Amino acid sequence: MRISLFITCYNDTLFPETGQAVVRLLENLGHTIDFPLEQTCCGQMHYNTGYEREAMPLMRRFVDIFRDSEVVCIPSSSCVAMIRDHYPKMAAAQNDPELVRAVGELLPRVFELTELLVHRLGTEDVGAYFPHRVTYHASCHSLRSLQLGDAPLRLLRNVRGIELIDLPNVDRCCGFGGAFAIKMGDISAAMLAEKMTDVENTGAEVVTAVDNSCLMHIFGGLHRQRAGTRMAHIAEILASTDTGRNAGAQV
Amino acid sequence: MTIRVGESGQAPSFQRAALPLLKDAQLRKNVRHATDVIQSKRASVVAETKDWQELRTSASAIKAHTLRHLDRYLQQFEQACTAAGGEVHWATDADEANRIITALVKQYQCNEVIKIKTMTSDEIGLNQALENSGIHAHETDLAELIIQLGNDKPSHIVVPALHKNRSQVREIFLEKMHLSELGERPEDLTAAARHYLREKFLNVKIGVCGANFLVAETGGVSIVESEGNGRMCLTLPDVLIAVAGIDKVIPSFQDLEVFLQLLPRSATGERMNPYNSLWTGVHAGDGPRHFHVVLLDNGRTGVLADAAARETLHCIRCAACLNTCPVYRQTGGHAYGSTYSGPIGAILTPQLNNMQHSQSLPFASSLCGACYEVCPVKINIPEVLIHLRSRIIQGQKGNFDFEALAMRAAAAAFASRRRFEATQRLGRIGQWPFESNGWVRNLPGMLGNWTRVRDLRALPRQTFREWWKERATSRKEQDHA
Repeated sequence: MRISLFITCYNDTLFPETGQAVVRLLENLGHTIDFPLEQTCCGQMHYNTGYEREAMPLMRRFVDIFRDSEVVCIPSSSCVAMIRDHYPKMAAAQNDPELVRAVGELLPRVFELTELLVHRLGTEDVGAYFPHRVTYHASCHSLRSLQLGDAPLRLLRNVRGIELIDLPNVDRCCGFGGAFAIKMGDISAAMLAEKMTDVENTGAEVVTAVDNSCLMHIFGGLHRQRAGTRMAHIAEILASTDTGRNAGAQV
Repeated sequence: MTIRVGESGQAPSFQRAALPLLKDAQLRKNVRHATDVIQSKRASVVAETKDWQELRTSASAIKAHTLRHLDRYLQQFEQACTAAGGEVHWATDADEANRIITALVKQYQCNEVIKIKTMTSDEIGLNQALENSGIHAHETDLAELIIQLGNDKPSHIVVPALHKNRSQVREIFLEKMHLSELGERPEDLTAAARHYLREKFLNVKIGVCGANFLVAETGGVSIVESEGNGRMCLTLPDVLIAVAGIDKVIPSFQDLEVFLQLLPRSATGERMNPYNSLWTGVHAGDGPRHFHVVLLDNGRTGVLADAAARETLHCIRCAACLNTCPVYRQTGGHAYGSTYSGPIGAILTPQLNNMQHSQSLPFASSLCGACYEVCPVKINIPEVLIHLRSRIIQGQKGNFDFEALAMRAAAAAFASRRRFEATQRLGRIGQWPFESNGWVRNLPGMLGNWTRVRDLRALPRQTFREWWKERATSRKEQDHA
């Protein structure tokens, strides 16, 4: 299958290794990756912070770039939630029937990475090898908006060598919330403190998620405390193999 | 018109009000403990209700229908209530409601009233207004009594003294009830309250209550409670005055079937409230001889006018959203500076205030969606929060603001590939004063809110797109070779 990758602005800029892992993972499964270089951002940060007007052209841009794609893969559940939950309403507000139609046609072909693997491609075992103690953080958008259920965990359980530890209070927000972490820094920090305690109590070396945004937040706090836990986007775990490349690599 | 929502008009911003609360270890432990207990009780009684989602859908549909025809249902309520012997008063704002109630108390020549817990009376500042006219209001709900005696403010819609623990309650009772000794068991504390209140129940001639539901079909006022104090206030006084927001009306008696399943499970984790009272007009030899209902607008028609946020008025004040909210969990309710705290307070308070106050509240959420998940009437609180944020930002147009400037600059960068890639390169170069060994530990200005407790990984040498382009080039070269 020809899969168009929307890497998202922050993964592109801050976490290139996640994108590389997505490419490696999907190519290993026999798919062809297409990366339209015109892509930038879905508009989530603007929209969620109250800058709806500024988010509108970004929606149009996304739709223009991906309207002819067979499927679009996005390794970030909050960006998928932005597109799925808000684009239809935003398009309707533009009084542009053509745009509404284009959004409606595109949405069923937009997938979060683990959703694509489990629900669209029917793959639960990607042949990965990752000999580490790992805990999975369920991001709020993956849990409540995309309703991914246990799709990410089904993929992780099939990874050879992995020791998967349940994260207590897995349905509780880590306190990131985009601009919330800046605007309400002290409250966000209090929420983060609880999440870090839960992560540390698992004794995991690696905390993973389908969103690097939450991981950037959780790991940012853990790194400040010099805690012995690192982050890895789920794509990086799923792209690890026992042939040496990336096996147990330090991220 | 003077709309008042508790003391929200004078309240500091959420982030400022939260600071001392975040430092209060006792309060934070109390809030965590209490919300954990209520949440787990709620979870088990919701899990056993097989048609829970259908009930939520029904409740949402009933509320949406009622709000679409609110004028009709309110008039129907007035007619039915009047026909049953009650008297209905209309109040556009807090002051008018307070004037009506004060005049009624004076008309019946009383200088004190007993009250059932009503958040609406806190919204309009009724106790203070009565006090200003020489009328003393006695709170009879245990938690409200604790708040009143302790000169405190409610921190939760259902459990107003949730931020106090047992030993703190004991201290308040010892001092304010002038007791020489008091045990520390829950029974000791409730016995003290019971003794203190009993005399009021028997002597005070006017009861003041709120309403959980106003039944348009019958003119009935539905009140649910857990302590029996409400039953006393409804049955013993000669006069009963109910104050209720116009959003409390539901069309028919049968609609209670839906709401009385949802409300107790969501609010206190009970299958049914211990006391369900439905008061309709006056009846000879039974209960109060005079029954008044004050229907309050106080900003509600303004909320109704905004189609994108109208569902805020679906709220049945169960507080399930407070108990599940990870933000409320850290601060408790006082940070919201309003009668209504938590996620529902964050959308209701600024709207009642016509977006003139409490503008920090819609930003006091990480948009995690836990509130929407538990809401028994399916208010999509995160959607409404985003909508209100947008209204606030649009209203600020023209002001110089670092955030707005940064947001517009980012939008301009994202509008073109060339500018986006230039910004990525610029960021990599510009980060050098802040970066050390691949990490950023100290950022200036607002961004310092991040680095105060979190490190930030520095921008890597190569973006994903640069890697992709490089790979494509090297593949092409290999193909040519």
